[in-house]
This record gives sequence, C-alpha cells and structure tokens, in this order.
Amino acid sequence: MKAAVVVFPGSNCDRDTAVALEHALGKKPHMIWHADTKLPKLDLIVLPGGFSYGDYLRTGAMAAHSPVMREVVAQAKNGVYVLGICNGFQILCESQLLPGVLLRNESLKFICKPVTMRVESNDNHFLRKYEAGQEITMPIAHGEGNYFAEKETLDHLEGNGQVVLRYRENPNGSAHDIAGIINDKGNVLGLMPHPERAAESLHGSSDGAAMFRSLVEALR
Amino acid sequence: MTNTAMDKIEAIDPEHAKMVAEHNMAPDEYAVLVNLLGRPPTEAELGVAAAMWSEHCSYKSTRVWLKKLPTEGPKVLIGPGENAGVVDIGDRQAVIFKMESHNHPSYIEPYQGAATGVGGILRDVFTMGARPIANLNSLRFGEPKHWKTRSLVAGVVAGIGGYGNCIGVPTVAGETTFHPSYNGNILVNAMTVGLVDSSRIFTSKAAGVGNPVVYVGSKTGRDGIKGATMASGEFDANTDAKRPTVQVGDPFTEKLVLEACLELMATDAIVSIQDMGAAGLTSSSVEMASKGGLGIEIDLDKVPLRETKMSAYEIMLSESQERMLMVLKPGRESEAEKIFRKWELDFSIIGKLTDTGRLVCYRNGKKEVDIEVGPLVENSPVYNRPYEIPAPPPVVDAAKYPLPKGETLASVLEKMLNTPDLCSKRWIWEQYDRHVMADSAQESSHNADAAVVRAHGTNKGIAMTVDCTPRYCAADPVMGGRQAVTESWRNLCAVGATPLAVTDCMNFGNPEKPPIMGQFVGAIQGMAEACKALDYPVVSGNCSLYNETNGEPISPTPCIGGVGLLANVNNMATITFKGEGEAIFVIGETKGHIGQSLYLREIHSKEDGAPPPVNLTAERRHGKFIRNAIAAGEIKTCHDVSDGGLLVALAEMALAGDIGCRLDISAPDAAFWFGEDQGRYVVVVPDADNFQAKVQAAGIPYLLIGQTGGDAINVAGSSVTLDKLRQAHGGWLPNYMKG
Repeated sequence: MKAAVVVFPGSNCDRDTAVALEHALGKKPHMIWHADTKLPKLDLIVLPGGFSYGDYLRTGAMAAHSPVMREVVAQAKNGVYVLGICNGFQILCESQLLPGVLLRNESLKFICKPVTMRVESNDNHFLRKYEAGQEITMPIAHGEGNYFAEKETLDHLEGNGQVVLRYRENPNGSAHDIAGIINDKGNVLGLMPHPERAAESLHGSSDGAAMFRSLVEALR
Repeated sequence: MTNTAMDKIEAIDPEHAKMVAEHNMAPDEYAVLVNLLGRPPTEAELGVAAAMWSEHCSYKSTRVWLKKLPTEGPKVLIGPGENAGVVDIGDRQAVIFKMESHNHPSYIEPYQGAATGVGGILRDVFTMGARPIANLNSLRFGEPKHWKTRSLVAGVVAGIGGYGNCIGVPTVAGETTFHPSYNGNILVNAMTVGLVDSSRIFTSKAAGVGNPVVYVGSKTGRDGIKGATMASGEFDANTDAKRPTVQVGDPFTEKLVLEACLELMATDAIVSIQDMGAAGLTSSSVEMASKGGLGIEIDLDKVPLRETKMSAYEIMLSESQERMLMVLKPGRESEAEKIFRKWELDFSIIGKLTDTGRLVCYRNGKKEVDIEVGPLVENSPVYNRPYEIPAPPPVVDAAKYPLPKGETLASVLEKMLNTPDLCSKRWIWEQYDRHVMADSAQESSHNADAAVVRAHGTNKGIAMTVDCTPRYCAADPVMGGRQAVTESWRNLCAVGATPLAVTDCMNFGNPEKPPIMGQFVGAIQGMAEACKALDYPVVSGNCSLYNETNGEPISPTPCIGGVGLLANVNNMATITFKGEGEAIFVIGETKGHIGQSLYLREIHSKEDGAPPPVNLTAERRHGKFIRNAIAAGEIKTCHDVSDGGLLVALAEMALAGDIGCRLDISAPDAAFWFGEDQGRYVVVVPDADNFQAKVQAAGIPYLLIGQTGGDAINVAGSSVTLDKLRQAHGGWLPNYMKG
C-alpha cells in the first residue's frame, strides 16, 4: 500500500500522523507539499490536523482551494482512500468531499480532552478492525468541531449509515453527536478526534492505532 | 528627575528633554550618549540607546546580583547570555529552554500580550536550532473580586492557547494563582523547552566581515514601538493609553518561520541567527555585532514594511513579531532565499557585517544611525541600587489556629479545595492543546508534579515544571527564593526525573525603592543557596521589574522553571492512586508549620508569619531516595507535598485515581494535615513492609499514615466523599468564569 500525508502551511499534526501510519505500515508515508500538483500513485491520502493557512477566512476554506486539493479531489473520485483528521475533516467538508460544515464549538472555546465515541459501523476500510458498537477513546483538540448540516443531509447520512463515529457525550454541540462521517462510496472519512494521538500506551489510549491498521490491512 | 539633571539636558539639547523622559531614560544616560557620539543624537539614535539601556534590555539594576547565581555544571553546554540555556541530555541531544515575562503587555491587552509572550519565548528557543517540544506558563492574577480579573483570565488563557495551539507545540504545565497584590499588574510568564542535536546549536555571534545580513519572516509595522521602554516603567491611571506599545501576534506566520529556519539550519549556510524580540531590529543587530566584535551596516529601505512612510526610528524600534535576523555564509543567499520563499515568507538582504565596530543605518539614502557598538553595550549603565532585605517575621504558633468551631478536617479540606489557588484549573488547561506532537506522557490533566514529554524518537523523558510561592517570598525573600528553587527540584524528583537546570523569571516591583530591591537581592541569595546545594544551575532567565501601579508593588515572584531527565519515560511516577489497599507513606518530617500556609489564609483569613524553612541537606537526601526508588520500579505513585499541605496532596491523589483512602494516624490537629513543611513526598506502595525497610535503611524520616480504598477520604473520625470533593475542586473556576 502507498500512503501519503499532505502538508499545508500551518499543518501541525503531519509528523504525528506520519509516525502513527509508519507504525501500522512498516514504512514511511510520502509527505506531499500543498503546492504539489502531481501526486504519485497512491492508495491512501491523509489530510492531517493543524491550522492550514492559519485558519484564516474559515477553517479549511483556503486549503480546500490549494493546488494539491484539486488533485486530492480528483483521486478521491477515482476511488483513492482519503482520511481527514480534525483540520483535515474541515478541509474535506470545505472541498465538498463530505457534506456539512464544522462550526465553532458551542462553548466558543478551544477544547482539548479525551472523548469516547461509539463505532456505529465497521463496514468500511477505515474501521474494520473495530467491533460495531465498540466504544473507543481518543483526544479532541479543536475550536471548530461542531458538525452542522441541514436536516435532509443529516437524515440522509443517518439513513445511509454514513455516521460512523458518534460521541457518547457531545463535547462541542455537533448535530446528532457526530464525531466522524464517511462518504457514500465509503472511501472518504473525516473525524474530529485524533487517532494519531491515541496510538500507543504513552498516549493513555491506543484505540486510534486500529484505524491505521484497518487501512493497511484493507489496502495492502 | 533632579533639577540639575534636567538643566544638564536642556543645556545640551532642549528639544530632546521631552523625548528622554518619554523613553524612561535617565538624564545621566542621555549625557553618556551625547558623549559617545560627540554630538546630539538623531531621533533614531536616541531610540536605539534608550532601548538598549532600558531595564528590560540592559538588566541595569539586576546585573550585579544575577552574577551570584551558579550557572555552570557538567551538563551545561550554554549558560545565561544567549537566547536560551542549553543542557546536555546524552546521546548527542540537548534541551534548550528559557522562561520570559510578558506582564506589562498582558495587562494592557491580555489576548495579544499573552499570545506574543508565547511567540517570543518560542522564537528564543528555535533561534538556537531546537524544535520546541513543550510550553509552560505561570500566571498570577489579582483577587477574583477585582473588576478586571475575570476578563484578564479569559483573555490571557485564550491568548496562550491561541498561539500555542496554532503553532502546534503542546502546552503541558502551568500554575495559576490569585492575590490582591496583582490587581494592577498581572504576571504572564511563559516557558518553552526545545530539543536539539547538540552538534547543531546556533548562536547570535556574528562573524565574517562582508557577510550578508538577512531579514526573514513577517513584515515590519508600527506595532510594539517602545515596548521595551514601556515595560521598564510603572503603570498609572493612563495605562490604557499604552495599548499601541503591545505587539500583535500571528502564530501561523511563526509556524512558517519555525519550519523555514529549521530547514535552513539543517544546511550549513547560517553563521549566526537572532530573533527580533524586545527592541526588535535594534537589539538583534546590536547583539549580533557586539558578540562578534564587528560592525553592522543596514539599509533600512530594504526592510520589508507593512506600512508606508515608516521612519528610521520606527523601523529600528518596531516590535513586530515573527521576524529573524541572520548572517549567512557568502554565496548561500539564494539557497536560503529559496527555502523562505517556499514557506511564503519575506527574505531580504538588508546589510552586511563590517570591520568598523559601528552600527550604521541608512534610510532614504540618509545616514540615520552611526554609533559605536562596543560602548553602546559596555557603557550601558549598571546600578548598584540601595536595598533593604526585610527581617523574616516570627514563626506562627500553630496551636493558636485549630480547626474553627463546628468544622472537621474533612469539611475544611472540602472548603480548601474550593478556593482559587487550590481548585482544579481544568477550565484553563482544557483550552490548551496538550497532545500535539504526540509525545506528552504527563500534562496538566494528570495534575502531575511535573509534566513529562518524551524526547521524540527515543525512550527518554524530559520532565519540566514552573514554580514559585509568592506569599513565602513576600514574608521572607531569602527563604522564598530558596523554596521556589527547591520546590521545582522536588517536583522533578517526584516524577522520577534527575533535575538538570533551571531558568528563572524574576518579577518584582520598582527597584529604585530599597525594600523592593531588597526583595530581589534576598530572593537571589536564597535561590543561589538552593541551586548550589542541589547542583541545579541557572542557565537562562529574565527580569521583569517595575510591576507596580500607582506605587503599589506586586508580591515578589521569582518564578523558577525546572527541567529534568528520565532515562526511561515508562518508569515515571504519577500522583494517581492505582489500587485499593495500598500503603500510604509520608517521606520527610511533618512538624505542622502553618505560617504563610493556605490553611491560615483561607480558613483563618490571615497572611502571617515566617514561611516554612527549607532544609537543603534533607531535601537533597529525600529527593535522591525518591528518584532511586522510582527508577528501580519500587515507587509508581508519588506526590510532592506543597500548597495546602498533606491532606490536600492526598485529596489530589485520590481524585486523580478515583479511589479514596483511610488515614488512621491519630494526629487530629489541623497543623499536621494542612501545614506546609517542606521536603516531603506522599508515596503509595502495594507492599508496606518492604518499603518501610528501605526507608529505614536510608535513614529518612517517614510516617505510615493509612491506606487507599473506598470512595471517600476518612481522616481522624471525619469523612468526605470523593464526589463532594470533586465538586468542590472542579467547581470554583468554572463558576467564577461564568460571572
């Protein structure tokens, strides 16, 4: 499997994500600079957390229009797997690879704490190493994690089984306690919590490691 | 200002008298400047000299005393004098760290003041080639009921988080306390720890006549002009008018500067590098030239500007953030430029090194600054200010302060945990990203004695902590200074780390007043004693004086940032109770010293007496015992006993583990449980007999006081559930911030 992590100016979880990915994969992923327009042949692209372009304008909005994202969108449409973590999730929404948008947290404050989520569905390449209904813990660290979409969109996501990760206790005001969603085709997933920060015993939880292992196993 | 001095100025140049006063410059200093130039200064030269000779940049009141601190040790690679201190941690790695104040700006504009405080200290560390791996902070606010306090807390916390979260360096530890002495001057002290390959450390010493001087980072604007001189004066009724002297931060740009600098530092193109902090281009260029014994020539027209028509004075004194100055090897300019352009940053060759020993600056083709660098640095004033060290107050008789009528130990504990200084600071640290970089092993949420961050890619742990007990320092500056250093050392031992070195941030009032200068001198004396006795040298630091408003000074606050090393990060101890039925020991002697304790202040409304004495020999022995036992895997649970005393320490451990305890010792007096005797640790072990034999063999005083278990704290016949304690501990700050 060939995996890559995209680096935008202001990304700050690119290294951490690469480390977690390398752990599952056994080799270093490619690091792709935001100005690159020619991507190598890939099976998985990860959009890491951080403050791409300083979160100016709106979180993820500027990154969605960066040169590399045109290519990521094209590849996603061709079936390449794309995982967006935190700011990566925001970018996926702004790029319309996923529906909805991440608003400011209900508290209007940045929140950093571990959260417990339920795996609503493991019937996809990202979460197959978890049990459906399993409760997993990872940290969040965001100011804008409050998932919002219109009623029809939410109904569609729910009806279609696309709400794959749901907070047990809603930390930020997200609609339907949504922590992570997947696209219709099942190849693009975005979540606010950080699996790469719950990847080994030092982190206090290693629940996130199975997400990377799922992908490695599925896309081998 | 004396009349004679004023006459002197007017005799030389009446037009400058007002400007001299505006720059907090002493008339005699102006005379030195005129003498040095042999003519009246230009506006820009006056600004340059005033900034360089400001208290903030020159340490003119404190320099003679700072020399008393021990600064050397076998692990110290670079001590005070550079941007930050450097300490060896083996395997060709080193830690670089420093703490710095941003007090005055944070009071005037809390968000930007605190944010740029974080930005500034981060730059100090990565300027030297290190990747920052952790941020810490020490915050002192006025009393909660003061009208400004709530908004200052909200603004400072948001500013610290806003900067650290965005740049992607975890904020792992801190302390926050409240006291009326900070009503008019809050303290915001920020510390950064970085990790570096010890063969790739960069310094500011310029070398190579003709080498290009390069400006990189953000553009220069009119923000922060005169910040350094502002921070060298007291506040008065017109403090709000000083807002334009506060800088505006952009953590996104700093992230780019950080990555670009580290990328260029991986090559060998850089000769020297210096960030532009206080006094901006002035202090960075003067620093580089003076350390290299060279001159520097700058064409100010080449400085990237954010605003039009900026004068030489404004460009030289701007404190716009996220800017660096570097000297490159000849011929390496385009290679360096390519990296900075990739990160979409300004890059401009603004001058060159010369052999004249002079700082020369041109603006619009006109020479605006021409001043000899050596004397500008060497002739900076040094004051041996008069001082009076106050005599310590008498020791308080604990028998006079029993539990108030109707209270039990348990009910008083519950009350104490619900006070501003002892309550949980979750409301604060939940706004800080504590996990980015994925190496945090212990951070604020663990309520740890020290944070622990793994050295990336290794198994080593870097332990770090910030400490000071201002109420001890106010009562007895010598003992207070000694205690601040010792508590930091003890906190590192409590997680199992070997203490390496400290950085200090000396926050005091107006040094021109002998009692204030006495506080400073006393604190330094106490710190020096402790640093020497504990082999714990000072490698970097910062002084913030003139923390006064309308003549009211802050409590003396010599804040200590300590750093230690764990050989194996998996061997660290935590404060968390880990199982039921484990034995609880107190290591060190409990005499029941309640002078200056939080019990006395919060329960009896008295701030009185001598602070607890610190016995450095005992500290050293106890600390070594604890560290060895943790390294041997014999202790997994340990907590230093400090603010609030023994029972508060036990409550924190119980809350962290969600396991209660039963304390069987028949010592019902409040002083035993709430006294703040130093040199103590609570240790919890599964096998009481085995551990007892070890402490006895080491000849260290100890007490077996009870065992873990249940869902309450039972002490001397009284009891309180963990649920109630959790509410008390967790409730105060969020309720206060709700307003």
